[in-house]
Amino acid sequence: MRSLLLLAALAVTLVGTASAQDPAYRYETGTYAITNARIETVTNGTIENGTVVIRDGAIEAVGAGVSAPADAVVIDATGHTVYPGLIDGGTRLGLAEIGAVAVTIDTDEIGDVTPQVEALTAVNPSSTHIPVTRVEGVTHAVTVPQGGLLPGTAALIHLVGYSPDQMFAGSRAIVVNFPQSGRRGRWDRRTDEAIAKATEEAMKKLNDVWDEAVAYARIDSARTASGSSAPMPYQPEAAALLPVLRGEMLLMVEANAAADIRAALEWIEDKNVRAVLTGAAEGWRLADEIAEAGVPVITGPVTGLPTRGSDRYSRAYENAALLHAAGVEVALRTNEAENVRNLPFQAGFAAAYGARHGFTREDALASVTIVPARILGVADRIGSIEVGKRASLFVATGDALEPSTQVTHLFIEGVRVPIDSRHIRLYEEYLDRTPALALPGESR
Amino acid sequence: MPRFLSLSRGAHGPRTTASRRVRRPSSVARGLAVALALLLTATASPAQTPADLPPASARGDVLIRNATVHTVTNGTLDNTDVLVRDGKIDDIGQGLSAPRGVEVVDATGMHLMPGIIDAHSHIALSSVNEATNPIVAEVQMRDALDPSDVSIYRALAGGTTTAHLMHGSANPVGGENETIKFRWGTLDPDGLLFEGAPRTIKFALGENPTRVHGQGRGIRPRTRMGIEQVYREAFTEAQMYRAEQEAAEREGRPLPPVNRRLETLADILSGDVLVHSHSYRADEILMLLGVLQDFGVDRVTFQHANEAYKVAPELAAAGASASVFSDWWSYKFEVYYSSAYNAAVLARNGVRTSINSDDAGMIRHLYHEAAKTQRYGGLTDDEALALITINPAYQLGIDDRVGSIEEGKDADLALFTAHPLSVYATVAKTYVDGIARFDAERDGDDQRLYVDPDDEILDTSALLVRHEDGCMILR
Repeated sequence: MRSLLLLAALAVTLVGTASAQDPAYRYETGTYAITNARIETVTNGTIENGTVVIRDGAIEAVGAGVSAPADAVVIDATGHTVYPGLIDGGTRLGLAEIGAVAVTIDTDEIGDVTPQVEALTAVNPSSTHIPVTRVEGVTHAVTVPQGGLLPGTAALIHLVGYSPDQMFAGSRAIVVNFPQSGRRGRWDRRTDEAIAKATEEAMKKLNDVWDEAVAYARIDSARTASGSSAPMPYQPEAAALLPVLRGEMLLMVEANAAADIRAALEWIEDKNVRAVLTGAAEGWRLADEIAEAGVPVITGPVTGLPTRGSDRYSRAYENAALLHAAGVEVALRTNEAENVRNLPFQAGFAAAYGARHGFTREDALASVTIVPARILGVADRIGSIEVGKRASLFVATGDALEPSTQVTHLFIEGVRVPIDSRHIRLYEEYLDRTPALALPGESR
Repeated sequence: MPRFLSLSRGAHGPRTTASRRVRRPSSVARGLAVALALLLTATASPAQTPADLPPASARGDVLIRNATVHTVTNGTLDNTDVLVRDGKIDDIGQGLSAPRGVEVVDATGMHLMPGIIDAHSHIALSSVNEATNPIVAEVQMRDALDPSDVSIYRALAGGTTTAHLMHGSANPVGGENETIKFRWGTLDPDGLLFEGAPRTIKFALGENPTRVHGQGRGIRPRTRMGIEQVYREAFTEAQMYRAEQEAAEREGRPLPPVNRRLETLADILSGDVLVHSHSYRADEILMLLGVLQDFGVDRVTFQHANEAYKVAPELAAAGASASVFSDWWSYKFEVYYSSAYNAAVLARNGVRTSINSDDAGMIRHLYHEAAKTQRYGGLTDDEALALITINPAYQLGIDDRVGSIEEGKDADLALFTAHPLSVYATVAKTYVDGIARFDAERDGDDQRLYVDPDDEILDTSALLVRHEDGCMILR
């Protein structure tokens, strides 16, 4: 009983701060017209003074000559800019709440081969991180299971909703942590032989799983062709891989060391799957090979350290630009949980250090909007300001990648989301704290 | 990994401020060093090698012409020249002419700011935590300096010139920290010392010390209640120790045996050692503030201090400082109720505040971390820049030497290609004592001073961004 009370007390503590001040975020839906705005469409250039009309969750009209419908709520954005919502290509958003508190972390399931576990199942729609992230213009994130060879199925979510399904944004991907051929860190004191053996075993395991899935797919096809009603064997791992084998689902292949990226590219070609390379920290070392393979990349964090002590200080900053210069389709990720909000700044850094390699600010903006949308197969829905796309966009006082800019209005899937988060509420409460130093009637 | 164990530095008695002062080379030797440096600059190949770098004792001369100068303390000056002589800022003005032989850098379109100061770092250290006792006031980070850590060069490439190398947070009372200048190129740990900087010591509250000692070793402190008593007991013992010393001296008796732990604790009470306390929660900040007030210690900086915004009026009233992250939070329970607006609330309530890195990655872009206070709280340019210059300088007791662009101050400067608070800014040159220790034009692959095969191992775990206070590195 006592422990139950303690748990209840803890639960109250956990939700206390947010609920004590304001009971709810107020979401609205309707018809909106954002007028007099500078509009960075991403796919069709920039409109210096135009209007965006939002109706039924979608963008109904965009342009300089567009006028606000009579039934629209008008948002005057004079001097401000409209951007498509930013998309983070790799996070743990919704799966990880408090880093050091293991019971709040749902990223790593037991087992090396668990492709059937779904990130979407464990996304916590009430995670404090979600409002904190979206108010900085990040409207979508791929949330990725971690650990092991096939840790699970990643999901693209949008950052508003009361259930995981409501937050699902139309793309899932099976994750492969491609076997690492080298040491994993300074702490890794295995012999070279032991490392080679472990890599070989991991590769064999991956290929064995794959072969099982191929066999499973054959049975499934034969069963369909013959019109058999016999049940499929219960092989959840193979069943999870089935849509990847049939080209219906993306495979996210995490590889970072140059040698591992090379091996992963060969493996992807051999298996003939629709894949994206993730991480690719040393992608710049073999950018031409990646371009040749025609495999897109989701890289980041941009502000990470160079992978090797001998590397030039700016290598991680420049990685996206060097890949882009070689012709690789590049999207960015923060690889973050609580600070996915830094995605626009990561893009800014990629532009700052990428300029010398021809990577412009516009390229950087694309790498967090339309490019990840294309890679994830949802470019028909999000990633730019275009008629017919879902209304996931925001209004900002200036350049969305600059820290001094403020986000003033936010729409996700047509829902008008308040610029509010626990960080903002704490700021408003404590900036000019009441009571200040003494309680009423108290002398100090 | 430990690469350089500390070099001997003679008698190892309790340090006084005077005994710490590094003897500077004679002016002749210094002049030769500068001449050598200039010669090397003149004949420089496009990419430097570590062998090109001037010695730590070198002091430079340069005229930086036509920059936008962010003085931090006296506003922003457009189209302004800064003349550096013998490692010091000699003149600030327009149309300055270069004395004979002094290099001129055309900084048209560029921005000059004071070298960035990181009030909380663990780079360039071969060990961080003496996690064997709740009180280890007798250990010193000076004994663990590693001048070959390439993190120094990478930090310079982000405009950082000085760092406060701190003991870890395993103990309520950690060891003495060391304030260094990034005189990249030297293999002599003493070459990095910020000569004349006051002694400082690491304290730690909350989860880390209670986990290490209470949970890990079954000794006090296991709670925040216990932490308070660790301090009260230690300070009381130090008072008795010092009183006994003074009585023996007065009465002509032999002095009691020297106890280095108590010497340092007594030096804290006499104000000779500045307290920098790892802390997160508002209540524990108030607890330490109360203890220090009871023992007459009036200067303290709360490090991390994620909940300092909740007690900003109390901190301001006590004259206490805070050194915080720009936006790190949620990596442990005691930082769950954080706000990225922390620095802004503190600054606007009159608390002397800095933004630190505590991280080998973030120390490379503290200018960007400072810029985030414009998004989270709308600080002005000068307020934001103060967070990484004059305010940390004050907290480390070196604001008479660095932290602003003023005549007579050390020529520790960072030259940016654009406004340093813009995300598009990169660093062109970073000067320490007037010597360009980072120069983007001369940068090249492999700038290490010491080649360690382990450096070539890709640490993939580092790619998954999991923030943690760097204070808990157990080495």
